[in-house]
Amino acid sequence: MANDMQVGISTSADIVTARQRGRELASELGFSGSDLTVLATAISEVARNIIEHAKEGEVILEPTHNGSKQGILIIASDRGPGIPDVDRALQDGYSSGKGLGLGLPGAKRLMDEFKVVSEVGKGTTVTMKKWVR
Amino acid sequence: MAKQEEATFIQSAAESPTALLRELVAHLRQNRTQLREEWARRITEAGLLTAMSREEVFAEATTVYDNYVAVLETGSVEALEAYARDLSERIIPRGVETHEVLGIVLLLRDVLARSLFKKYQSDIALLNRVLDAYEPAANRIANTVGVSFVQERERVIRQQQEAIRELSTPVLQVRARLLILPIIGVIDPQRARQLTEQLLRGIRSNRAKVVVIDITGVPAVDATIANHLVQAVDASRLMGATVIVTGLSSSIAQTLVTIGVDLAKMKTVGDLQGGIEEAERLLGYKVSRVGEAPAQEETG
Amino acid sequence: MRVPILKQHSYLIASIQSALTDDDLLQLRDDLVAQIGRFRSRGAIVDVTALDVMDSFAVRTLRGVAHMIRLRGAQTVIVGIQPEVAFSMVQLGLTLEEVATALDLEEGLAYLDDQPKSNGRHGE
Ligand SMILES: Nc1ncnc2c1ncn2[C@@H]1O[C@H](COP(=O)(O)OP(=O)(O)O)[C@@H](O)[C@H]1O
Ligand SMILES: [Mg+2]
Repeated sequence: MANDMQVGISTSADIVTARQRGRELASELGFSGSDLTVLATAISEVARNIIEHAKEGEVILEPTHNGSKQGILIIASDRGPGIPDVDRALQDGYSSGKGLGLGLPGAKRLMDEFKVVSEVGKGTTVTMKKWVR
Repeated sequence: MAKQEEATFIQSAAESPTALLRELVAHLRQNRTQLREEWARRITEAGLLTAMSREEVFAEATTVYDNYVAVLETGSVEALEAYARDLSERIIPRGVETHEVLGIVLLLRDVLARSLFKKYQSDIALLNRVLDAYEPAANRIANTVGVSFVQERERVIRQQQEAIRELSTPVLQVRARLLILPIIGVIDPQRARQLTEQLLRGIRSNRAKVVVIDITGVPAVDATIANHLVQAVDASRLMGATVIVTGLSSSIAQTLVTIGVDLAKMKTVGDLQGGIEEAERLLGYKVSRVGEAPAQEETG
Repeated sequence: MRVPILKQHSYLIASIQSALTDDDLLQLRDDLVAQIGRFRSRGAIVDVTALDVMDSFAVRTLRGVAHMIRLRGAQTVIVGIQPEVAFSMVQLGLTLEEVATALDLEEGLAYLDDQPKSNGRHGE
């Protein structure tokens, strides 16, 4: 589909690009108002995690469907160090660095579907979806 | 000689559906006036689009007709799609139903097919080829118009539902910079989210400094809804507004404590009247009670 | 993009004009803290009306700004958080509890004017 987008993430400017692209695509897909900001915020968090915890990676943005429901699929992936304890990383306030530890659990709250797959030494993939209301 | 030429033309045209369609388009353009009128007449006869005047039906019929021919010519339904959505947007509020829209498109298909039949009836083989080229395009058009209409209708219905929900909890401005949000009835997560968005927009547009959320009329609050309430309070503060919650029953207060809300941090006042007075104090108004006020407090 | 900082009487006003990268935000923090010291300002207003998103990094940085400015005896007010942004922030879990917030620049100035003058070393 022509709507697919891939944004390489290696500098803090890429975070801004990723969330702006996400907002544009979401708006084309029929998202509106606060949902656009909600999506941009979630993208910002997972893209920042790539830079902060894995140095580089990418964010893929694409339309998705479920029956007649239209939605957006966001995949943030990297080949960084991976997360040893995903459940713990998903807890409010847990950070292995000096972050607020709200990125992963917060993004999960912002989205309708959220999944983290991570393997130590191999990398991390966060897959998340939101449906148009 | 002329006869000979026509025969050659038909022969070559028969070789590709594109050429057939081109010939079809020319035919529809040539007979535009007559076919369009025929169609409008059939629409009226069938009792379709009764919500619209004759002139309106004729005007829309003309545009649909031209779009129809354009689709046959270009093979692209985009312009038709846009027009169909626009048309739907105009006629849905007037009560036009899905079956009417499908009805008129099918009628046009029929009017045009009959005209093709008349034109080519002397050569059944050619007629068949023409119809073979025409049918899929005509079906695609009917489909496009139908789908556009249904989608638009769904969108309108969703919007109306939102509007009704918003109406059921008005954000009231009682005086400059003071908003009241009296919530009545059951709150589910969707309504809670909508209430919060509505409240935040209200703060912005009314430049509110204090908000009183009255939940006297809310029968039950579970942990999820309590969380939404806390979010509404926090988000309001981010916009510079103070929230006072009134009508908090002791069981709701208990729920809030259970989910870890520090009630000391949340401004709560027993009843709406008291909440408004507190709000006015915060806004720097002098609150003076006259005559009947103390009695009111006793009953509150 | 560098955020312009305006000096108005005893206040500094930083008005963010567009989406900011993390580096822009850190630059803003350093600029603000340096200028608060240089001009002995009583307060700083950060106008975030134009920010598309306030994520955990932005909040952490703004908290840091407020903290450093407080150490220098001045006050910080964040103004202009938009309804959708506020909505997303609380869902993310961000509340900016220890920082003052106001609806817009005008309200932010009014807030600072209301503060007692004798806060910290630079009070008159
Ligand atoms: N892409 C990633 N690669 C490796 N570790 C990660 C990644 N994303 C998150 N983490 C780990 O999960 C923890 C929690 O993430 P998050 O909730 O975003 O908090 P923060 O980024 O503020 O530390 C991080 O501290 C880090 O240890
Ligand atoms: Mg993070």
